[in-house]
Amino acid sequence: MIAIFHNYGSLLLQGFGQTLLCSVIALVFSLIIGSMFAIFETTPIKALRVIARIYIEVFRNIPLLVITMFFFVVIPMFITKINGFTAGTIGLTIYTSAFIAETVRSGIQSVDPGQMEGARANGLSFWQAMRYIVLPQAFRYVIPPLGNQFINLVKNSSVLAFVAGFDLMYQGNVIASDSLNTMSTYICIGILYLIITLPLSYWMRYLEKKLA
Amino acid sequence: MKKLFRLVSVIVSSLALLLVLTACGSKPLADQNVVTRAKQSNTITWGVKADTKLFGLMDVKNSQIKGFEVDMAKALTKQILGPKGKADFVQVTSSTRMPLLKNGNIDAIMATMTITPERLKQVDFSRSYFDAGQSLLVKNGSPIKNVKDLNKNGATVLGVVGSNSVQNVAKFAPKAKVLQLSDYAQAMTALKSGQGEALTTDNGILAGMSVENPGYHLAGGAFTKEPYGIAINKNQPEFKHDLNHALTKVEQSGQYNRILKKWFGNVPGLNYKEMER
Repeated sequence: MIAIFHNYGSLLLQGFGQTLLCSVIALVFSLIIGSMFAIFETTPIKALRVIARIYIEVFRNIPLLVITMFFFVVIPMFITKINGFTAGTIGLTIYTSAFIAETVRSGIQSVDPGQMEGARANGLSFWQAMRYIVLPQAFRYVIPPLGNQFINLVKNSSVLAFVAGFDLMYQGNVIASDSLNTMSTYICIGILYLIITLPLSYWMRYLEKKLA
Repeated sequence: MKKLFRLVSVIVSSLALLLVLTACGSKPLADQNVVTRAKQSNTITWGVKADTKLFGLMDVKNSQIKGFEVDMAKALTKQILGPKGKADFVQVTSSTRMPLLKNGNIDAIMATMTITPERLKQVDFSRSYFDAGQSLLVKNGSPIKNVKDLNKNGATVLGVVGSNSVQNVAKFAPKAKVLQLSDYAQAMTALKSGQGEALTTDNGILAGMSVENPGYHLAGGAFTKEPYGIAINKNQPEFKHDLNHALTKVEQSGQYNRILKKWFGNVPGLNYKEMER
Protein backbone atom coordinates (compact mmCIF):
# COMPACT_ATOMS: atom_id res chain seq x y z
CA MET A 1 0.00 0.00 0.00
CA ILE A 2 2.81 2.37 0.84
CA ALA A 3 4.40 1.25 -2.40
CA ILE A 4 1.26 2.30 -4.27
CA PHE A 5 1.34 5.75 -2.69
CA HIS A 6 5.02 5.95 -3.41
CA ASN A 7 5.00 4.82 -7.04
CA TYR A 8 1.76 6.37 -8.20
CA GLY A 9 1.60 9.37 -5.90
CA SER A 10 1.21 11.92 -8.66
CA LEU A 11 -1.63 9.96 -10.32
CA LEU A 12 -3.41 9.56 -6.99
CA LEU A 13 -2.97 13.23 -6.21
CA GLN A 14 -4.33 14.21 -9.61
CA GLY A 15 -7.30 11.90 -9.12
CA PHE A 16 -7.90 13.25 -5.63
CA GLY A 17 -7.84 16.81 -6.94
CA GLN A 18 -10.24 16.04 -9.78
CA THR A 19 -12.66 14.24 -7.47
CA LEU A 20 -12.54 17.13 -5.00
CA LEU A 21 -13.02 19.73 -7.73
CA CYS A 22 -15.90 17.84 -9.31
CA SER A 23 -17.54 17.32 -5.90
CA VAL A 24 -17.30 20.99 -4.94
CA ILE A 25 -18.68 22.22 -8.28
CA ALA A 26 -21.48 19.66 -8.26
CA LEU A 27 -22.28 20.36 -4.61
CA VAL A 28 -22.64 24.11 -5.08
CA PHE A 29 -24.67 23.92 -8.26
CA SER A 30 -26.87 21.02 -7.21
CA LEU A 31 -27.70 22.88 -4.01
CA ILE A 32 -28.68 26.00 -5.98
CA ILE A 33 -30.62 24.14 -8.68
CA GLY A 34 -32.17 21.76 -6.17
CA SER A 35 -33.39 24.55 -3.89
CA MET A 36 -34.77 26.39 -6.91
CA PHE A 37 -36.85 23.41 -7.97
CA ALA A 38 -37.93 22.81 -4.37
CA ILE A 39 -39.33 26.36 -4.26
CA PHE A 40 -40.96 25.82 -7.66
CA GLU A 41 -42.67 22.74 -6.26
CA THR A 42 -44.20 24.68 -3.41
CA THR A 43 -45.25 27.81 -5.31
CA PRO A 44 -48.93 28.52 -5.97
CA ILE A 45 -48.11 28.81 -9.71
CA LYS A 46 -49.16 25.59 -11.38
CA ALA A 47 -46.85 25.78 -14.42
CA LEU A 48 -43.76 25.98 -12.17
CA ARG A 49 -44.98 23.07 -10.08
CA VAL A 50 -45.42 20.93 -13.19
CA ILE A 51 -41.99 21.83 -14.52
CA ALA A 52 -40.37 21.03 -11.19
CA ARG A 53 -42.27 17.77 -10.88
CA ILE A 54 -41.16 16.62 -14.36
CA TYR A 55 -37.54 17.61 -13.78
CA ILE A 56 -37.36 15.83 -10.44
CA GLU A 57 -39.14 12.66 -11.51
CA VAL A 58 -37.09 12.32 -14.70
CA PHE A 59 -33.64 12.85 -13.25
CA ARG A 60 -34.29 11.13 -9.93
CA ASN A 61 -35.38 7.95 -11.66
CA ILE A 62 -32.68 7.58 -14.31
CA PRO A 63 -29.41 5.98 -13.28
CA LEU A 64 -26.59 8.46 -12.88
CA LEU A 65 -24.46 6.54 -15.36
CA VAL A 66 -27.09 6.94 -18.06
CA ILE A 67 -27.32 10.70 -17.55
CA THR A 68 -23.54 11.00 -17.60
CA MET A 69 -23.13 8.85 -20.70
CA PHE A 70 -25.76 11.00 -22.38
CA PHE A 71 -23.69 14.11 -21.83
CA PHE A 72 -20.49 12.32 -22.76
CA VAL A 73 -21.75 10.73 -25.97
CA VAL A 74 -24.81 12.52 -27.29
CA ILE A 75 -23.95 16.17 -26.65
CA PRO A 76 -20.61 16.06 -28.53
CA MET A 77 -22.34 14.39 -31.48
CA PHE A 78 -24.83 17.18 -32.01
CA ILE A 79 -23.94 20.26 -30.03
CA THR A 80 -20.44 20.84 -28.77
CA LYS A 81 -17.38 18.95 -27.69
CA ILE A 82 -17.25 18.36 -23.95
CA ASN A 83 -14.71 16.25 -22.13
CA GLY A 84 -15.33 13.48 -19.65
CA PHE A 85 -14.82 15.66 -16.60
CA THR A 86 -17.39 18.22 -17.73
CA ALA A 87 -19.88 15.58 -18.79
CA GLY A 88 -19.49 13.77 -15.48
CA THR A 89 -19.83 16.91 -13.40
CA ILE A 90 -22.92 18.06 -15.27
CA GLY A 91 -24.49 14.63 -14.95
CA LEU A 92 -23.69 14.48 -11.25
CA THR A 93 -25.07 17.98 -10.65
CA ILE A 94 -28.36 17.27 -12.40
CA TYR A 95 -28.80 13.90 -10.75
CA THR A 96 -28.06 15.18 -7.25
CA SER A 97 -30.11 18.34 -7.69
CA ALA A 98 -33.22 16.21 -8.19
CA PHE A 99 -32.63 14.52 -4.84
CA ILE A 100 -31.79 17.78 -3.12
CA ALA A 101 -34.99 19.31 -4.52
CA GLU A 102 -37.02 16.57 -2.89
CA THR A 103 -35.14 16.94 0.39
CA VAL A 104 -35.54 20.70 0.52
CA ARG A 105 -39.19 20.45 -0.50
CA SER A 106 -39.86 18.18 2.46
CA GLY A 107 -38.15 20.79 4.64
CA ILE A 108 -40.26 23.61 3.24
CA GLN A 109 -43.42 21.61 3.74
CA SER A 110 -42.50 20.74 7.29
CA VAL A 111 -42.44 24.43 8.17
CA ASP A 112 -45.81 25.24 9.69
CA PRO A 113 -48.10 26.82 7.03
CA GLY A 114 -48.99 29.44 9.63
CA GLN A 115 -45.50 30.91 9.17
CA MET A 116 -46.12 31.59 5.52
CA GLU A 117 -49.62 32.90 6.18
CA GLY A 118 -48.38 35.16 8.96
CA ALA A 119 -45.63 36.55 6.77
CA ARG A 120 -48.01 37.19 3.90
CA ALA A 121 -50.50 38.84 6.27
CA ASN A 122 -47.70 41.18 7.35
CA GLY A 123 -47.28 42.35 3.81
CA LEU A 124 -44.35 40.26 2.58
CA SER A 125 -44.55 38.94 -0.96
CA PHE A 126 -44.41 35.19 -1.57
CA TRP A 127 -40.71 35.33 -2.51
CA GLN A 128 -39.86 37.55 0.46
CA ALA A 129 -41.68 35.22 2.81
CA MET A 130 -39.84 32.26 1.26
CA ARG A 131 -36.48 33.96 1.47
CA TYR A 132 -36.71 35.42 4.99
CA ILE A 133 -39.16 33.23 6.86
CA VAL A 134 -39.62 29.76 5.41
CA LEU A 135 -36.27 28.78 3.84
CA PRO A 136 -34.10 29.53 6.89
CA GLN A 137 -36.30 27.24 8.96
CA ALA A 138 -36.56 24.63 6.21
CA PHE A 139 -32.79 24.32 5.79
CA ARG A 140 -32.37 23.79 9.50
CA TYR A 141 -34.71 20.80 9.34
CA VAL A 142 -33.05 19.23 6.33
CA ILE A 143 -29.41 19.46 7.31
CA PRO A 144 -29.11 15.76 8.23
CA PRO A 145 -30.66 14.46 4.98
CA LEU A 146 -28.73 17.08 2.98
CA GLY A 147 -25.54 15.78 4.54
CA ASN A 148 -26.48 12.35 3.24
CA GLN A 149 -26.93 13.76 -0.23
CA PHE A 150 -23.56 15.50 -0.12
CA ILE A 151 -21.75 12.36 0.96
CA ASN A 152 -23.53 10.40 -1.74
CA LEU A 153 -22.49 13.05 -4.21
CA VAL A 154 -18.81 12.63 -3.37
CA LYS A 155 -19.05 8.87 -3.73
CA ASN A 156 -21.14 9.13 -6.89
CA SER A 157 -18.40 11.26 -8.43
CA SER A 158 -16.71 7.92 -9.16
CA VAL A 159 -18.98 7.89 -12.20
CA LEU A 160 -16.32 10.06 -13.80
CA ALA A 161 -14.19 6.95 -14.15
CA PHE A 162 -16.56 5.67 -16.83
CA VAL A 163 -16.22 8.73 -18.99
CA ALA A 164 -12.46 9.11 -18.50
CA GLY A 165 -12.74 12.07 -16.14
CA PHE A 166 -9.34 11.37 -14.51
CA ASP A 167 -10.90 11.20 -11.04
CA LEU A 168 -9.80 8.96 -8.17
CA MET A 169 -11.67 5.91 -9.38
CA TYR A 170 -10.30 6.28 -12.90
CA GLN A 171 -6.74 6.53 -11.60
CA GLY A 172 -7.50 3.58 -9.33
CA ASN A 173 -8.47 1.44 -12.31
CA VAL A 174 -5.38 2.54 -14.18
CA ILE A 175 -3.06 1.88 -11.24
CA ALA A 176 -4.68 -1.48 -10.46
CA SER A 177 -4.21 -2.71 -14.00
CA ASP A 178 -0.68 -1.34 -14.17
CA SER A 179 0.60 -2.59 -10.82
CA LEU A 180 -1.52 -5.79 -10.81
CA ASN A 181 -1.94 -5.06 -7.11
CA THR A 182 -5.68 -4.66 -7.17
CA MET A 183 -6.47 -4.92 -3.50
CA SER A 184 -3.94 -2.41 -2.17
CA THR A 185 -4.87 0.01 -4.90
CA TYR A 186 -8.54 0.03 -4.09
CA ILE A 187 -7.79 0.27 -0.38
CA CYS A 188 -5.72 3.39 -1.13
CA ILE A 189 -8.56 4.78 -3.21
CA GLY A 190 -11.02 4.04 -0.41
CA ILE A 191 -8.83 5.88 2.10
CA LEU A 192 -8.62 8.90 -0.18
CA TYR A 193 -12.41 8.98 -0.53
CA LEU A 194 -12.68 8.83 3.26
CA ILE A 195 -10.38 11.84 3.48
CA ILE A 196 -13.03 13.79 1.60
CA THR A 197 -16.20 12.32 3.07
CA LEU A 198 -15.31 12.03 6.77
CA PRO A 199 -14.63 15.75 7.33
CA LEU A 200 -17.75 16.50 5.31
CA SER A 201 -19.84 14.27 7.49
CA TYR A 202 -18.38 15.75 10.70
CA TRP A 203 -18.94 19.24 9.40
CA MET A 204 -22.58 18.45 8.65
CA ARG A 205 -22.96 17.07 12.16
CA TYR A 206 -21.42 20.22 13.58
CA LEU A 207 -23.80 22.39 11.58
CA GLU A 208 -26.70 20.29 12.76
CA LYS A 209 -25.72 20.81 16.40
CA LYS A 210 -25.05 24.49 15.97
CA LEU A 211 -28.26 25.33 14.13
CA ALA A 212 -30.74 22.96 15.65
CA MET B 1 -19.64 -3.96 21.18
CA LYS B 2 -20.29 -7.56 22.10
CA LYS B 3 -22.62 -7.90 19.12
CA LEU B 4 -19.99 -6.47 16.82
CA PHE B 5 -17.43 -8.91 18.16
CA ARG B 6 -19.79 -11.81 17.55
CA LEU B 7 -20.44 -10.64 14.00
CA VAL B 8 -16.74 -10.39 13.26
CA SER B 9 -16.06 -13.83 14.66
CA VAL B 10 -18.86 -15.32 12.52
CA ILE B 11 -17.39 -13.73 9.40
CA VAL B 12 -13.87 -14.87 10.22
CA SER B 13 -14.89 -18.43 10.97
CA SER B 14 -16.97 -18.73 7.81
CA LEU B 15 -14.04 -17.47 5.76
CA ALA B 16 -11.80 -20.02 7.44
CA LEU B 17 -14.31 -22.75 6.65
CA LEU B 18 -14.35 -21.69 3.01
CA LEU B 19 -10.58 -21.85 2.92
CA VAL B 20 -10.54 -25.36 4.38
CA LEU B 21 -13.19 -26.58 1.95
CA THR B 22 -11.30 -25.31 -1.07
CA ALA B 23 -8.02 -26.75 0.15
CA CYS B 24 -9.48 -30.25 0.54
CA GLY B 25 -10.54 -32.50 -2.29
CA SER B 26 -8.62 -34.88 -4.49
CA LYS B 27 -5.92 -33.97 -6.94
CA PRO B 28 -6.86 -30.64 -8.51
CA LEU B 29 -8.20 -30.88 -12.06
CA ALA B 30 -5.58 -28.47 -13.31
CA ASP B 31 -2.77 -30.87 -12.36
CA GLN B 32 -4.15 -33.91 -14.18
CA ASN B 33 -2.70 -34.74 -17.54
CA VAL B 34 -4.92 -32.96 -20.04
CA VAL B 35 -4.11 -35.23 -22.96
CA THR B 36 -5.04 -38.40 -21.08
CA ARG B 37 -8.26 -36.85 -19.84
CA ALA B 38 -9.13 -35.44 -23.26
CA LYS B 39 -8.62 -38.82 -24.90
CA GLN B 40 -10.83 -40.52 -22.33
CA SER B 41 -13.68 -38.05 -22.77
CA ASN B 42 -12.88 -37.35 -26.42
CA THR B 43 -13.29 -33.66 -25.63
CA ILE B 44 -11.08 -30.63 -25.24
CA THR B 45 -12.59 -27.66 -23.43
CA TRP B 46 -11.53 -24.29 -24.78
CA GLY B 47 -12.00 -20.91 -23.22
CA VAL B 48 -12.93 -18.47 -25.96
CA LYS B 49 -14.18 -14.90 -26.15
CA ALA B 50 -17.86 -14.42 -26.87
CA ASP B 51 -17.85 -10.66 -27.33
CA THR B 52 -15.12 -10.09 -29.87
CA LYS B 53 -16.20 -9.87 -33.46
CA LEU B 54 -14.18 -12.06 -35.86
CA PHE B 55 -12.42 -13.94 -33.03
CA GLY B 56 -15.23 -15.26 -30.93
CA LEU B 57 -18.70 -13.78 -30.95
CA MET B 58 -21.92 -15.22 -29.62
CA ASP B 59 -24.45 -15.69 -32.39
CA VAL B 60 -27.70 -14.92 -30.62
CA LYS B 61 -29.79 -16.79 -33.20
CA ASN B 62 -28.52 -20.24 -32.28
CA SER B 63 -26.43 -19.31 -29.21
CA GLN B 64 -23.22 -20.63 -30.72
CA ILE B 65 -19.90 -18.85 -30.51
CA LYS B 66 -18.41 -18.18 -33.90
CA GLY B 67 -15.13 -16.74 -35.03
CA PHE B 68 -11.55 -17.31 -36.09
CA GLU B 69 -10.45 -18.70 -32.75
CA VAL B 70 -13.43 -21.04 -32.55
CA ASP B 71 -12.68 -22.45 -36.01
CA MET B 72 -9.02 -22.79 -35.12
CA ALA B 73 -9.85 -24.56 -31.87
CA LYS B 74 -12.08 -27.01 -33.74
CA ALA B 75 -9.34 -27.69 -36.30
CA LEU B 76 -6.75 -28.23 -33.55
CA THR B 77 -9.07 -30.54 -31.62
CA LYS B 78 -9.56 -32.69 -34.71
CA GLN B 79 -5.78 -32.85 -35.17
CA ILE B 80 -5.19 -33.95 -31.59
CA LEU B 81 -8.13 -36.29 -30.98
CA GLY B 82 -8.89 -37.46 -34.51
CA PRO B 83 -11.84 -36.57 -36.74
CA LYS B 84 -14.38 -37.52 -34.07
CA GLY B 85 -12.87 -35.32 -31.37
CA LYS B 86 -15.21 -32.82 -29.78
CA ALA B 87 -14.40 -29.22 -28.94
CA ASP B 88 -16.32 -27.69 -26.05
CA PHE B 89 -16.45 -23.95 -25.68
CA VAL B 90 -16.66 -21.90 -22.51
CA GLN B 91 -17.05 -18.13 -22.64
CA VAL B 92 -14.26 -16.21 -20.97
CA THR B 93 -13.32 -12.58 -20.57
CA SER B 94 -9.89 -11.07 -20.08
CA SER B 95 -10.35 -11.15 -16.33
CA THR B 96 -11.95 -14.58 -15.94
CA ARG B 97 -9.77 -16.60 -18.29
CA MET B 98 -6.79 -17.08 -15.98
CA PRO B 99 -8.77 -18.31 -12.94
CA LEU B 100 -10.87 -20.63 -15.11
CA LEU B 101 -7.74 -22.22 -16.54
CA LYS B 102 -6.06 -22.50 -13.16
CA ASN B 103 -8.98 -24.29 -11.54
CA GLY B 104 -9.32 -26.68 -14.44
CA ASN B 105 -12.67 -25.56 -15.85
CA ILE B 106 -11.04 -25.13 -19.22
CA ASP B 107 -8.11 -26.98 -20.75
CA ALA B 108 -6.78 -24.14 -22.86
CA ILE B 109 -7.37 -20.45 -23.45
CA MET B 110 -7.73 -19.21 -26.97
CA ALA B 111 -9.01 -15.72 -26.34
CA THR B 112 -6.95 -12.99 -28.03
CA MET B 113 -4.24 -13.49 -25.44
CA THR B 114 -0.86 -12.00 -26.21
CA ILE B 115 2.21 -13.95 -25.16
CA THR B 116 4.02 -11.75 -22.64
CA PRO B 117 6.86 -12.43 -20.19
CA GLU B 118 4.61 -11.64 -17.20
CA ARG B 119 2.00 -14.14 -18.31
CA LEU B 120 4.65 -16.76 -19.00
CA LYS B 121 5.36 -16.76 -15.28
CA GLN B 122 1.80 -17.95 -14.65
CA VAL B 123 0.97 -20.17 -17.62
CA ASP B 124 2.54 -21.92 -20.58
CA PHE B 125 1.90 -20.81 -24.12
CA SER B 126 1.81 -22.68 -27.41
CA ARG B 127 3.47 -21.26 -30.47
CA SER B 128 1.72 -18.11 -31.68
CA TYR B 129 -1.33 -18.79 -33.83
CA PHE B 130 -2.07 -15.21 -34.86
CA ASP B 131 0.33 -12.35 -35.46
CA ALA B 132 -1.57 -9.46 -34.04
CA GLY B 133 -0.07 -6.04 -33.64
CA GLN B 134 -1.27 -2.79 -32.23
CA SER B 135 -2.93 -0.49 -34.72
CA LEU B 136 -5.29 2.46 -34.95
CA LEU B 137 -8.93 2.78 -35.88
CA VAL B 138 -9.93 6.16 -37.31
CA LYS B 139 -12.89 7.73 -39.03
CA ASN B 140 -12.83 7.70 -42.82
CA GLY B 141 -11.23 10.91 -44.05
CA SER B 142 -9.27 11.40 -40.84
CA PRO B 143 -5.90 13.14 -41.28
CA ILE B 144 -4.28 10.51 -39.08
CA LYS B 145 -2.38 8.03 -41.22
CA ASN B 146 -0.19 6.39 -38.59
CA VAL B 147 0.78 6.57 -34.97
CA LYS B 148 3.31 9.38 -35.58
CA ASP B 149 0.49 11.69 -36.62
CA LEU B 150 -0.87 11.39 -33.10
CA ASN B 151 2.36 12.62 -31.53
CA LYS B 152 1.25 16.21 -31.10
CA ASN B 153 -0.27 18.28 -28.34
CA GLY B 154 -4.03 18.15 -28.27
CA ALA B 155 -4.33 14.73 -29.89
CA THR B 156 -6.41 12.26 -27.92
CA VAL B 157 -6.18 8.49 -28.22
CA LEU B 158 -8.81 6.16 -26.83
CA GLY B 159 -7.95 2.83 -25.27
CA VAL B 160 -9.20 0.32 -22.76
CA VAL B 161 -8.13 0.12 -19.11
CA GLY B 162 -5.74 -2.72 -18.42
CA SER B 163 -4.46 -3.29 -21.92
CA ASN B 164 -0.78 -2.84 -22.69
CA SER B 165 -1.79 -0.89 -25.76
CA VAL B 166 -2.24 2.30 -23.74
CA GLN B 167 1.29 1.99 -22.41
CA ASN B 168 2.56 1.55 -25.95
CA VAL B 169 0.91 4.78 -27.01
CA ALA B 170 2.93 6.59 -24.37
CA LYS B 171 6.01 5.11 -26.03
CA PHE B 172 5.13 5.81 -29.66
CA ALA B 173 3.23 9.08 -29.28
CA PRO B 174 4.30 10.58 -25.94
CA LYS B 175 2.60 13.92 -26.59
CA ALA B 176 -0.84 12.44 -27.14
CA LYS B 177 -3.37 12.32 -24.32
CA VAL B 178 -4.75 8.87 -23.58
CA LEU B 179 -8.31 8.28 -22.40
CA GLN B 180 -8.84 4.83 -20.92
CA LEU B 181 -12.39 3.55 -21.08
CA SER B 182 -13.80 0.48 -19.44
CA ASP B 183 -14.39 -1.70 -22.52
CA TYR B 184 -14.19 -1.75 -26.29
CA ALA B 185 -17.85 -0.95 -26.85
CA GLN B 186 -17.49 2.20 -24.75
CA ALA B 187 -14.26 3.15 -26.43
CA MET B 188 -15.97 2.78 -29.82
CA THR B 189 -18.86 4.94 -28.66
CA ALA B 190 -16.41 7.58 -27.46
CA LEU B 191 -14.64 7.48 -30.84
CA LYS B 192 -17.94 7.95 -32.64
CA SER B 193 -18.90 10.91 -30.50
CA GLY B 194 -15.56 12.56 -31.21
CA GLN B 195 -13.98 12.26 -27.78
CA GLY B 196 -10.74 11.18 -29.43
CA GLU B 197 -9.09 11.03 -32.83
CA ALA B 198 -8.20 7.35 -32.82
CA LEU B 199 -8.91 4.14 -30.98
CA THR B 200 -5.98 1.86 -30.35
CA THR B 201 -5.67 -1.84 -29.61
CA ASP B 202 -4.72 -5.03 -31.47
CA ASN B 203 -5.47 -4.92 -35.19
CA GLY B 204 -7.55 -8.08 -35.06
CA ILE B 205 -10.00 -6.57 -32.59
CA LEU B 206 -10.05 -3.28 -34.48
CA ALA B 207 -10.81 -5.25 -37.64
CA GLY B 208 -13.94 -6.58 -36.01
CA MET B 209 -14.98 -3.06 -35.03
CA SER B 210 -14.44 -1.68 -38.51
CA VAL B 211 -16.60 -4.46 -39.96
CA GLU B 212 -19.38 -3.58 -37.53
CA ASN B 213 -19.00 0.17 -37.99
CA PRO B 214 -18.74 1.15 -41.62
CA GLY B 215 -17.14 4.56 -41.95
CA TYR B 216 -14.18 3.61 -39.75
CA HIS B 217 -10.98 1.99 -40.96
CA LEU B 218 -7.61 0.78 -39.72
CA ALA B 219 -4.79 3.22 -40.24
CA GLY B 220 -1.04 2.89 -40.44
CA GLY B 221 -0.65 -0.87 -40.05
CA ALA B 222 0.67 -2.54 -36.94
CA PHE B 223 3.30 -0.70 -34.93
CA THR B 224 3.94 -3.39 -32.32
CA LYS B 225 4.01 -7.17 -32.32
CA GLU B 226 1.41 -8.89 -30.16
CA PRO B 227 1.52 -12.59 -30.98
CA TYR B 228 -1.52 -14.47 -29.70
CA GLY B 229 -0.82 -17.85 -28.13
CA ILE B 230 -2.86 -20.65 -26.64
CA ALA B 231 -2.44 -20.56 -22.88
CA ILE B 232 -2.34 -23.84 -20.95
CA ASN B 233 -1.47 -24.74 -17.39
CA LYS B 234 2.13 -25.27 -16.48
CA ASN B 235 3.38 -28.87 -16.14
CA GLN B 236 1.54 -30.01 -19.27
CA PRO B 237 4.46 -30.66 -21.63
CA GLU B 238 2.56 -33.36 -23.53
CA PHE B 239 -0.41 -31.09 -24.22
CA LYS B 240 1.88 -28.26 -25.27
CA HIS B 241 3.75 -30.53 -27.66
CA ASP B 242 0.48 -31.83 -29.13
CA LEU B 243 -0.87 -28.32 -29.59
CA ASN B 244 2.24 -27.09 -31.39
CA HIS B 245 2.28 -30.19 -33.54
CA ALA B 246 -1.41 -29.77 -34.41
CA LEU B 247 -0.85 -26.10 -35.20
CA THR B 248 1.94 -26.99 -37.63
CA LYS B 249 -0.32 -29.54 -39.31
CA VAL B 250 -3.16 -27.04 -39.65
CA GLU B 251 -0.78 -24.47 -41.11
CA GLN B 252 0.85 -26.86 -43.56
CA SER B 253 -2.43 -28.23 -44.88
CA GLY B 254 -3.57 -24.75 -45.88
CA GLN B 255 -6.48 -24.92 -43.46
CA TYR B 256 -5.04 -22.02 -41.49
CA ASN B 257 -5.08 -19.72 -44.51
CA ARG B 258 -8.61 -20.77 -45.36
CA ILE B 259 -9.87 -19.93 -41.87
CA LEU B 260 -7.89 -16.67 -41.90
CA LYS B 261 -9.42 -15.68 -45.23
CA LYS B 262 -12.90 -16.61 -44.06
CA TRP B 263 -12.76 -14.17 -41.15
CA PHE B 264 -10.27 -11.51 -42.20
CA GLY B 265 -10.69 -11.64 -45.99
CA ASN B 266 -12.53 -8.35 -46.40
CA VAL B 267 -11.63 -6.00 -43.58
CA PRO B 268 -10.95 -2.45 -44.78
CA GLY B 269 -7.37 -1.46 -44.03
CA LEU B 270 -6.18 -4.93 -42.98
CA ASN B 271 -4.06 -6.98 -45.36
CA TYR B 272 -4.71 -10.58 -44.35
CA LYS B 273 -2.16 -11.84 -46.89
CA GLU B 274 0.58 -10.55 -44.58
CA MET B 275 -0.64 -12.90 -41.89
CA GLU B 276 -0.89 -16.00 -44.00
CA ARG B 277 1.30 -18.95 -43.08
